[in-house]
Parts: sequence; C-alpha cells; structure tokens
Amino acid sequence: MKSIKYLIIIVFLFSTSLSNAQEKDLQNKITKNLRCLICQGQSVYDSDSDFANSVKLLIEKKLDEGQNEKQIYEYLKNKYGDWILYDPKFDKNTYFLWLMPILLFIIGGAIIVRLFIIKKN
Amino acid sequence: MKSKIFQIFLTIFFIMIFFIFYKGLKNPNIYVPKNSLEKDIPSFKAKIFDNNTLVTSEEIFKRDKFYLMNIWASWCLPCREEHPFLMELHSNKNLEIIGLNYKDKKKNAYKFLKELNNPYEIIILDKDGTLAIEWGAYGVPESFLIQNQKIIKKIIGPLNKDLFTEIKRLIK
Amino acid sequence: MIFDNKIVTFTFLQFFFVIISFLGLIMSFVNSDFSNETVFNHSHTTKPLFYKISGTWGNHEGSLLLWLLVLTLFIFLFLIKSKDQTKQYRILTLLFQQIIIIGFFTFLIKTSNPFNYIFPIPNEGLGLNPILQDPALAIHPPILYLGYVGSSIIFSSTLAATTLNYISKEWAKHIKQWVLVSWIFLTIGILLGSIWAYYELGWGGFWFWDPVENVSLMPWLALTTLLHCILVLEKRLTLTSWVVVLSISTFTLSMCGTFLVRSGILNSVHTFANDPERGLFILIFLFCLIFMSLFIFFFFHKVKNKDSNSFFWLSKETSILINNWFMMYFLAVVLIGTIYPIFLEVISSEKISVGPPFYNKLIIPFLIPFLFAMAIGPKLNWIKSELENKTYLVLFLILSLLVSVFTIKNLNVNFLINTVLVTSAFYLFFITLRDFFTKKFKNLSQNIAHFGFSLLILSILFNNIFSTEIITNLKIGETYEGAEFKINFEKIEQKNEKNFKAIIGKFNIENSNGTIENLRPELRIYNQPNIVTSEADIKTNLLKDSFITMNLVQNQDYFNIRYQIKPFMIWIWFSVLLITLGGLKSLILNKRYEK
Repeated sequence: MKSIKYLIIIVFLFSTSLSNAQEKDLQNKITKNLRCLICQGQSVYDSDSDFANSVKLLIEKKLDEGQNEKQIYEYLKNKYGDWILYDPKFDKNTYFLWLMPILLFIIGGAIIVRLFIIKKN
Repeated sequence: MKSKIFQIFLTIFFIMIFFIFYKGLKNPNIYVPKNSLEKDIPSFKAKIFDNNTLVTSEEIFKRDKFYLMNIWASWCLPCREEHPFLMELHSNKNLEIIGLNYKDKKKNAYKFLKELNNPYEIIILDKDGTLAIEWGAYGVPESFLIQNQKIIKKIIGPLNKDLFTEIKRLIK
Repeated sequence: MIFDNKIVTFTFLQFFFVIISFLGLIMSFVNSDFSNETVFNHSHTTKPLFYKISGTWGNHEGSLLLWLLVLTLFIFLFLIKSKDQTKQYRILTLLFQQIIIIGFFTFLIKTSNPFNYIFPIPNEGLGLNPILQDPALAIHPPILYLGYVGSSIIFSSTLAATTLNYISKEWAKHIKQWVLVSWIFLTIGILLGSIWAYYELGWGGFWFWDPVENVSLMPWLALTTLLHCILVLEKRLTLTSWVVVLSISTFTLSMCGTFLVRSGILNSVHTFANDPERGLFILIFLFCLIFMSLFIFFFFHKVKNKDSNSFFWLSKETSILINNWFMMYFLAVVLIGTIYPIFLEVISSEKISVGPPFYNKLIIPFLIPFLFAMAIGPKLNWIKSELENKTYLVLFLILSLLVSVFTIKNLNVNFLINTVLVTSAFYLFFITLRDFFTKKFKNLSQNIAHFGFSLLILSILFNNIFSTEIITNLKIGETYEGAEFKINFEKIEQKNEKNFKAIIGKFNIENSNGTIENLRPELRIYNQPNIVTSEADIKTNLLKDSFITMNLVQNQDYFNIRYQIKPFMIWIWFSVLLITLGGLKSLILNKRYEK
C-alpha cells in the first residue's frame, strides 16, 4: 500500500511542470556541479567572478528555452572540456575512479569474512 | 612464497605511484581548456554596437577572409596593452578584426575607442557575457583567428610580440 | 639511568632550540622586521598585532617551522611519558622520529628557510592575504598540526614496536593515549577550518570536498579506524598487523597530504605558494618513509597469537571490524577521488574534476548501514554475544522510522533515500540517548562520541534539506519580495579601519511572521595586499543561521545579494565538539572506569 503511495507521489512530482522556484533550484543544482575557470577551486555557484555570473545567466536562459540538465552539461562540456563538470561521468576515463572504491569494499568484506569469521575452530 | 609475491607486488605498486606523482609535479596545475582547433565557429545572433541591429554570425564571418575575433572591454587593463597590436593588424588587408564588447558600459567603450582608435570592422555587444561562453571564452581579452568559418588559433590573454608575428605568418 | 637522562636532555634541547627559533620568527613578525624575507612577504605594519602573530604560521616557511616544533615537542613528551616502557623501545622510537625530524630540517633549510635575509631592507611588507586574517584561521594551523603531525609519534613508536616485536596489550594501552591526543587535535583542527570556510569564504557552505580539506580528512579517517581497532588489540591481542598498517598509514597520509598541498600538484581554494622543488623533496622523503616502513613491516613483523584470530559473527570484535571496513571504504573514496585526476592526467593527459557529487554518491548510501552498525555494535559483548532481550532495538527502529517519515513526508526532496538516511541517523540518536540513562556511565566516552556523530549527521541532513536561499540583485533602497520574506536594502555606510576600508550594507529582513532582522554584510577593501573581500553577516540562533553576503557586480550599479537560511548550523559545530569531548573523556578519565 505504502509503496503505491510513494509511486503516486513520485509520478506526481515529475508530471507537474517546473514552477519558478523549482527552476531556481535546478539552476542552483547545475551551477553547484560546475567548476569555475577563473577561481579554479570553486564551483560556479560559489564564485562571484564575471565568468561565473555569466554562466549562471546562460543556464537561466537555457532553462527558459526548455533545455534539460543533461543538455546544459553537454553544451558546457563541449565548450570547456570535461574539467568543468564536478560530477565526472562514467566512461573509459573514469571506470577506475567509480569502481575502485566499491571493488575495495567488496574485497575488504571478503577478507574479513575469510580471515576472521569462517575460520572458526 | 605467497607473501613474497605480495611484497614484490606492493613495492612495485608504490614505485609506480611515485613515478606518477613525479610526472604529475611537472604538469601545470592551472587548467586551460584545450585549444579546440579546427572547430567550427559558433552560430549566434547578436546586437551591433553602433546601432543595436541584430546580426547573425553568418553575416559577419564570410568564407573568403581571415577574421580575428577579439573579446575586449574598456575596464580591462590587458586590453589596453594589446591594443597597439590590434591597430597594426587592422592595417592588414587580409584580415578583418571583429570586436566583442564584453560586459561593458557603452559610454566607457566609446571613450576607450576614441582614445586608442578603433581597429574593429564590426563590434558586437555582449552585455551579460553569455556570448563569450558560446565561444568557449572565460576572460578578457581572448582572441580567435578564423579562416573558412573555422577557428585556427585561440589566444587566451593579451596579444604580444610573438603572437603578433605568428598571426602575421598565419594570414599570409 | 644516567644515559636515559642524557637522551631526554638532548631531546629537550632540540625542542628548546626549535622553539627559540620559532619565537624568534614570531618576534620578527611582531616587530615587522622586513629584513626577513618571510616577514616581508607575509606581513605589513598596519596589520593588527594578532594577525601579525598568526601570520607567522600563515605561510609556507613559518608553518614548516611550526611543523618541526610539533615533531620535536611530541618526541620530547613521549620520552617523558614513556618511562615505564623498555629502554630499547624508547630509543628506537626516538630514532625513527629523528629520521622524520632530520628530513624536515633538511627540507626547511634547503627549500624554505624562514630566516632568509633581504638587503636592502624594504620599508614595507607585502601583507597577508585578507581571507587569512580571521580568528578561527589564526588558531587553526597550530591545532591542526598538533593532530596532523602528532601522528608522527604513532608512526615512530609502531615501527619501533614492530622491529622489537614489542606489540602487546600493554603497548596497545600505551599507544592509545597518543592516538587519542592526535585524534582530538585533528578533529578540532578540522572543525576550526570548517567554521572558517563557513563564514569567511562567503557562500554558506562548510565542507566543499576540496583537496585541501580531503587531505585533512584522510588522516582523520585512518586515526578513527585505528582508535577502534586498537581496542581489539588491547583486549584480545589480535589484529596486530592491521594496527601496524593503520599506524603507518596515518602518518603517511598526513605526509601525502602535505605533498599534495605544498607541491601545488592540485589546485584548490586554499593553495600555498608553490614551488616544484619543494614538491619533489617531500615526494622523495615521503616515499623513503613508505619504503622504510614496508621493509620493517615485511622483515620484522611477526604475527602473534594466530589462533585467537577467529571471531564469532555476533561480537564486539566483529562490529569493530565492520567499523574498520566502512571507514576504510570512506578513506578509499576520499583518497581515490583526490588523487585520481593527477593519475588520469599523467596517463592520458585528460583533465577532469572530481567534486562533491562524486563523494556524495559514493559515501551517502554506505552511511546508512554504517549508522546502524554504529548503534548496535557497542551493545555487543566481547568474544560472543547474543541477541536476546534486544526487543527495544526493534522498537527504536520503528520509532525512528516514524519520526523520519513525519519529518520528510511533506518536503520536496527524494523521499526514499532521505527517509532511510534520516531513520538510520535517528536510530543511532535514540539508542545512544537511551544509553545515557541506562548504562550508568559505563563506557561513557564511546557513548558521547557516537551520540555526537548521530547529531552531526542529523544536523547536516536537516541543514541540507531545510535550507533556503535567495540570490538577487538589489540597488540601494530596493526591496526584494519573496514568498517567505522581504529583503530591504536600506543603505550603505563607509567605515575606515587600520588595514581596510569597509562598505557596510544595511539590510532589513522581514519574515512572514512579521519579525524583522537587521543584517549588515560588508565589502572590505584591504590596503595591503589590495584585495576586496566580502564579509558575510550571520545571525545565529539555536534553530537556524541567517546568512547574508553582498558582492559588487562589474560595471553595474546594483549589488549581488545572497541571503540564506541555514537551519541547525550551530548543531553541526556543537556535535563535532561532542565527538571530541568523547575522545577527551576517554583520554583523561578512562583509568577510573576501566574494568
């Protein structure tokens, strides 16, 4: 019963069009995922450089035009390279990055089970 | 035996990490986007500085000429520095210089051009900086050398003597 | 005994001379003696005295001297406090520590001498970066270093104990003190850095997953793991190899962090002036230490007590192993995320960024089982435990599930993941809260620390879920009207201080319930170096922080205003203090409650 309720809520959330506030949230979410090229330690969201301010405006425009998050990332990636995205995508450059921690977790678990728990006298 | 292999493996592993860090030290840590050479120029619509009419990129950049697209602003100090080079390039017949006035006030921009002369064939306006992003620029000044609607050279920062001679060579 | 005294005396002299030179550097800063290159580069006569002093360690050279000071201080204290250990062990620890000290001495003199002389003597210094002129950041480095560098003593004594085959339950008890000391200082150090970032960097965040932050987090994770693991060693004399590995990696990670930050191999918000020569030196030194430890570990380490190496699946040992397992995973995520871009660039010359989304995706899901384990683990007994009479564990689970469903239900956030996350955090919260009343102060320190951790996670979650923000452009006199509040930009005032000019904006914020708050953010134009900074104004109360910043916009007559409401901010700081308090209690009062 409960799960149906969740489903309805989720569907409802996605079906309603983006209100203004939600668009602002989305814009913030996107800018938080972009790295600023001027102050290179900060995100576009955090930065107040000219470049960051322009990117914020650009994203607002693109969202108004009806583009989605992915399209905007793709657009900026084309202009500035993968470096601008804080969330590295899953491809041949980053298999190791994403999978290594999880692999280590599994290996760690296996070691614990083998060395300490199964080996009971 | 098993532990020996493990020891050797671990030692090699750390030696590898050492060399990667060692090589990494030599790389610059400031990111500069790769020069996306041979890339098509973006297509856009923009307002012209003098009369606010709309113009498209196709109308500006024709096939048969070299263009130097220069992003500038009156408040930008390095732009003053590179201005003499632009003036000199302006006298070259093979090349048209297009200005992109970045986040500027019209009054100041006029004053800037009056004081230092105008090397630009056309100046397009970029009030909020979004047009510069179309070009993949992130600061002022930046310049793009264009041939056949393709970017053949991208210059981040002000022009200098070396870059100036290189541009001259390229447009021969 | 005479020999012993001599060694202590010499170590004291070493410490004494380092402190003399450190005080000397402080004096040069206080007197603005610009014949000293470090002072010239990082100070200015108009700076307030407090920041002249803190400027001593606010730069590369001075902070390395501080680093040396901590190294020599810790070995001196170690020799005094370890009188009940064997002479061989103490001397060997001293030897390993001296290797580290010699390395850093050479580094200091060769590449970053804080006492370089300039002639002719300049009249005025270049000044300290204004964002470093802040009380929290002034005391942050010394405290962080006490933890960061303090872990060197764990490294040295573990290597000594391994070489001598000295590891025992008593040794575990003795080394635990040092682990706790480092851990406490490191925790407070990280907290101070985080508080500084919160109000100084001006955008209301407190943790950015920036490389420099990550390198302080990595030794902390390793130390926390060690702290738990050493309990097993103390009780059952097993996991010795693991304890040795962890002790070595703690300091190695600190060193690795120093390398990453000082060499400029990474770029971050807080980089020091960097110099490849320095990077190369630390890199070589770091790997010398790593290979030395590997050598000792491979050739001297003997596994003791092999047969006690098996644990019953439901026991305190197993739960601590689970803790270690997760902590190592978190460490792996942070480590790989931080250094992966370097590897990728060297191997394929592609440049990528690894930022907050990566860490969030990989850490948050694993936090859920971790929190549950943290709640149940301490309940279990050593060796073998049973699950009878634990009905309240289930009852509390239902309770926390209900509480979180009610909190999350009406919010516009991802329901499922947030509910599970909040449930797990509430679960730990309620269980530890109950223990305060039922356990009669048995293992109080653990309970305080775990309670603090649950509070930390809860505050961070709620802080994220409930925070609201407005970013808008306002001219003087204008009012922004939002659904929940109005922001009125009344006026600006000017103020002249000794080392900066300030433009103070006066804002009145009217909430929907009619209360009015006055906030006064500043723009500061520092004279030396000439940098404009934006100072946030923050009103803190128990439930929320109101946070406002204003910024100049190029060529416009309006200001960019950012107003944020950050709920439970103060609880984040408070819960970290609680966690530290747990450690502190264990360090000071543990003897009394030991069974």
